[in-house]
Amino acid sequence: MSRIGGWGRFPMADCKVVTARSEGDVAAAVQAAPLIARGNGRAYGDAALNPGQTLDMTGMDRMLSFEDGVLVAEAGVLLADIIHTFLPRGWFPWVTPGTKYVSLGGAIAADVHGKNHHLDGSFRACVDWVDVMGPDGEVTRARPGDDLFDWTLGGMGLTGVILRAQIRLRTVETMYIAQETRALTSLSETLDAFGDTLDAPYSVAWIDCSDGPHHGHSLLLLGRHATEDDLPSRWRPFNVQRKRKLPVPFGAPPFLFRGLWLRALNGIYWRRGARRAGHALVDWDSYFYPLDALANWNRLYGQQGFLQFQCALPQENSATGLAELMDTIAEARVGSVLSVLKRFGPQSGHFSFPMPGYTLALDFPASERSLELMSRLDDITLAHGGRFYLAKDARMPEAVAKADPRAEAFAAMRKQAGLSERFTSLQSERLGL
Amino acid sequence: MSGPVLILGAASGIARAVSRSFAEAGHPIQLAARNASRLEDDAADLRTRFGVEVTLHDFDALTLDSHGAFVDGLPALPEVTICAVGAMGEQSQSEADPQAAAHVMRSNFEGPASVLAHLANRMETRGSGTIVGISSVAGDRGRASNYVYGSAKAGFTAFLSGLRNRLAKKGVHVVTVQPGFVRTVMLDGMETPGPLTAEPEEVGAAVLNAVQKQKNVIYTRSIWRLVMAVIRNIPEPVFKKTSL
Repeated sequence: MSRIGGWGRFPMADCKVVTARSEGDVAAAVQAAPLIARGNGRAYGDAALNPGQTLDMTGMDRMLSFEDGVLVAEAGVLLADIIHTFLPRGWFPWVTPGTKYVSLGGAIAADVHGKNHHLDGSFRACVDWVDVMGPDGEVTRARPGDDLFDWTLGGMGLTGVILRAQIRLRTVETMYIAQETRALTSLSETLDAFGDTLDAPYSVAWIDCSDGPHHGHSLLLLGRHATEDDLPSRWRPFNVQRKRKLPVPFGAPPFLFRGLWLRALNGIYWRRGARRAGHALVDWDSYFYPLDALANWNRLYGQQGFLQFQCALPQENSATGLAELMDTIAEARVGSVLSVLKRFGPQSGHFSFPMPGYTLALDFPASERSLELMSRLDDITLAHGGRFYLAKDARMPEAVAKADPRAEAFAAMRKQAGLSERFTSLQSERLGL
Repeated sequence: MSGPVLILGAASGIARAVSRSFAEAGHPIQLAARNASRLEDDAADLRTRFGVEVTLHDFDALTLDSHGAFVDGLPALPEVTICAVGAMGEQSQSEADPQAAAHVMRSNFEGPASVLAHLANRMETRGSGTIVGISSVAGDRGRASNYVYGSAKAGFTAFLSGLRNRLAKKGVHVVTVQPGFVRTVMLDGMETPGPLTAEPEEVGAAVLNAVQKQKNVIYTRSIWRLVMAVIRNIPEPVFKKTSL
């Protein structure tokens, strides 16, 4: 038994962890007991925890072929490995979440999205096929258009064990991003700016949800892959290096998350961004993965761990819904350092998270007060027709998840296909999926 | 340096990590194991990631009389040979069944020593090469919990030491690798202390570094050098009463 958790370190659970290094290992595990597959443990909550059997897929990390940007790889390969291998050759993932340490299987299971969702969609957009092992040990190759494909992308590993997949990468001329930063002073200004920049390949905003004088201030970061012509003459287009990660050995003292300090921190962040507003060339790692530079930033929150809240709101209700969410967060003064706002494009698949509109993500120290606040945020989200991201969730009640009619359909499909007996996680049990 | 690297016992977790480290440094890789065709995916991985040439070779450490032909059948005499052959066995089974114990001893000592002897002689004739033996800290002192495996590794460690001494003047270098706990299939189901447990990738990087810098004996992680120094120096009257 090992005591493991998700990236938020809440909840922790004693799980029997079995490592898979081959398809045979997976078949044996599927036959042995109900299970959930686990990639690199980057889902925040309990999506990849099963006390009875948690199947560690990081031992299946082989890249099987690559030609003209088309990669076949096992589920345990990390996005970081893919980037380090292929970016020097001029290739980059079509879609990347905010961490490069996600496994390929995890990216597929959560159907992760990036800063380009409004144009390119979620991870599924680059997936040609997925091999999924079902409850009987049989392997099915699911392709776009297949029901199994549509349930697996976003299905949180509950349709079977994702073994390997074929994905497409995009060509890039350099490893740099041409970034434009805009400093904005209110939510409505920010939403207007998002609306004006729909043709920007990448966009994301950091927005202040504290109760301080900077409430609603935001930095909108727009980006596109830089061309060779964008670079100063002596820069090399590809100089891909593994940066040393700064370790976070201990939890930060709790006072860091109290109101005054947070307000100051958010203010400093915004003023610094505002001073540097304008155009800059940023390397891929700093642009896409600023938090990966700290090896275990999840430990910043200390022993008790932390909770993520991420919801999506439909376009027509976004302005009022976001304002209400942000006001409620500010009043609660629970403290949230990272508040990320981003535009979503069209919805696809049977159970994926994104819907056309906006998504807001924040984290809170795990505490009673945070849980109370989050349940208020649940209500606001639902009242505005929104939904929640299962990769971040650690504590939603079943009723909240089931407010999304797709959840009931997912559960019914699982039951009918004999999946609910074999593939379960603490999350699937909590949410009745 | 970018000559071919031969990995013996290529199906192990340490071998996978070591082969990646050397492939990343640009070496063609020769993977040798029983039923080598099951390593097709590993070969594809090395080719895909690092663009190096990879060949597969059937090799059985326990069939001693096949070793000479095996070495002669390689596409080229390797520049570096890394022996990751080994089997821990179950100590309780090794105690109860002397035949099982003999199998562990042959897998960890007799077989590896035999194939390395063939390679060493050919490298000596050529006047260059590096031999890396993956032994174990278990060989540093016999302990009740795994002395059969440990005794075989002790033999292998002594063999590597002697080989290094013999070939030092002949242009052939020998590296002894003493891993402690490494998170591989060998450790599945075992609880081991975090600071003493290395990831296979750490061992891969350490072996590459040891070959490039011509180190003699390395411990992974290096804390194990200290741990084993302490364990080796506990007086026998005390040691026999411990349960290590």
